[in-house]
Amino acid sequence: MLELRNIVFEVPVSEGSTETKRIIDDVSLTIEDDKFIVITGPNGGGKSTLAKLIMGIEKPTSGTILFNGTDITDMDIDERARLGMGYAFQQPARFKGMKVKKLLEIAAGERLPMMSCNQYLSKVGLCSADFLTREVDKSLSGGEVKRIEIATILARDPKLAIYDEPEAGIDLWSFDRLTETFRDIHKAQGGRSIVIISHQERIIQLADQVILMGNGKLEAMGTLEEIMPQITFNRHHNLGPGCNLLHGHDITINENING
Amino acid sequence: MAVDLSPIDESLLATIANLHGMPKGAYNIRKNGKLVTRNSSANIEICTKEDQPGIDIFVKDGTRGETCYIPVIVTEAGVKDLVYNTFHIGDDCDVSIVAGCGIHNECEEQSEHDGIHTFHIGKNSRVKYVEAHYGEGDPDGVRILNPVTKVYMAENSFCDMELSQLGGVSSSNRETEAYLEAGAKMVVTEKLMTHGNQTVVSNQLFELNGDDSSVQVVSRSVAKDDSSQVFAPLVVGKAACRGHVQCDSIIMGNGRVKSVPAIEADHEDAILFHEAAIGKIAGEQLIKLQTLGLTPEEAEAEILEDFLS
Repeated sequence: MLELRNIVFEVPVSEGSTETKRIIDDVSLTIEDDKFIVITGPNGGGKSTLAKLIMGIEKPTSGTILFNGTDITDMDIDERARLGMGYAFQQPARFKGMKVKKLLEIAAGERLPMMSCNQYLSKVGLCSADFLTREVDKSLSGGEVKRIEIATILARDPKLAIYDEPEAGIDLWSFDRLTETFRDIHKAQGGRSIVIISHQERIIQLADQVILMGNGKLEAMGTLEEIMPQITFNRHHNLGPGCNLLHGHDITINENING
Repeated sequence: MAVDLSPIDESLLATIANLHGMPKGAYNIRKNGKLVTRNSSANIEICTKEDQPGIDIFVKDGTRGETCYIPVIVTEAGVKDLVYNTFHIGDDCDVSIVAGCGIHNECEEQSEHDGIHTFHIGKNSRVKYVEAHYGEGDPDGVRILNPVTKVYMAENSFCDMELSQLGGVSSSNRETEAYLEAGAKMVVTEKLMTHGNQTVVSNQLFELNGDDSSVQVVSRSVAKDDSSQVFAPLVVGKAACRGHVQCDSIIMGNGRVKSVPAIEADHEDAILFHEAAIGKIAGEQLIKLQTLGLTPEEAEAEILEDFLS
């Protein structure tokens, strides 16, 4: 179980300035085990920052973070990782000279049989034979490196997995496969929780709980049905027929919710 | 012949040539400026040069699937070893050559090995050449390695050259030259890591003299502490050829790297590229590996190991 208590994160408005800007504004929330949480909301609303604070990539200005009862507020990233937290980056790092298989093995913390590697890569829509011996460098496309990033989290199998916009840069076919993978992880449960930052309807539909963030605040948290009324769809920008949550592809968050 | 090798000797041989015990086939092991043991095979003959220190290695036409080992170890301070090794590779061969020098120096007196290696690679032959340089012992010990490698490649020959120096060498001036005839192809990978006050200068010249010849030069290096490195690879295209030079360096601490890749086209159908990059380890790489449970130190070591792999 993850618990955030009154998390505040402020940064200087400019380098060296003593004046600060509040990026996360007093956010408290609890994520139970076996839950599938989607954090959504407008760009710049603080979603990625909140995820980074959970993983320890950023440290809060004030507030407390508890993971399974342990205060991890001051713990480093690797300590949190060893406690069972994982993080898939929106823009993954590339590594010259590191093979895909090696990265998966680092993630798993052990040598992996070929069969396991095949499974992790096929779950993100990649053919293992084509990728295992390739380097995780600029020779991979943006979509390929993104799917490998997600495969590292599958290999790590953390108790709490955080995915920052996993759909970004992934083609539609792979996205379908990815959605199935998230559904399978959620079904398997075993005390694992998933937190996904996403704007994608099909991912939001999988959520046990949806968190709506805007202007650094937790605007709302609840089931999809509870949050629905607070999300209005963009019918006013000449995008064709009105977007339907259950049948459409993309949703946008009406900025009025911030007001 | 019984061979008297100490544990230090065996460790050095394992490090530079991945040798564990005596290899099969042709080999020549040299220690502190003297021959330790030598073996020729039916297809590869090793002879002592008569006019200068060093050996001639003759590989018969059509020799395939054989590996020749010629490692050198220096375990005494004050030794200055200079050898001229010449490889005469026949036509239609496919062979591997493992060279390298390991120095173990336990005092401040200087140890030096200068290996001058010349390759004559016959038509249609393929050669894999692996050369590792390594030093260990007293941190203040002076270990100098100045390798010179000259390669003459006949028509349609292929040479894959891996040159590495991964620590412990105080000073190194590396000279590499290659001359390629029509259809000859060469891949050169140079990997260097320096620390402390070590210095490396690597000058390389690749002349593409025949049509359809090509060279790919990849240089990967890590400069730590107060060490410094200079790279100056030059590819000259004198025919309808292709050349690509890529230099990547990671700097840490006060490490300094000067990278000067150059290309020169002396033929209208020469196609040549070069690129160079120098920078410290990207923060996003360290953070990613930390999210996979590695400490910052483990993450840094992993990134460097892969970069130089």
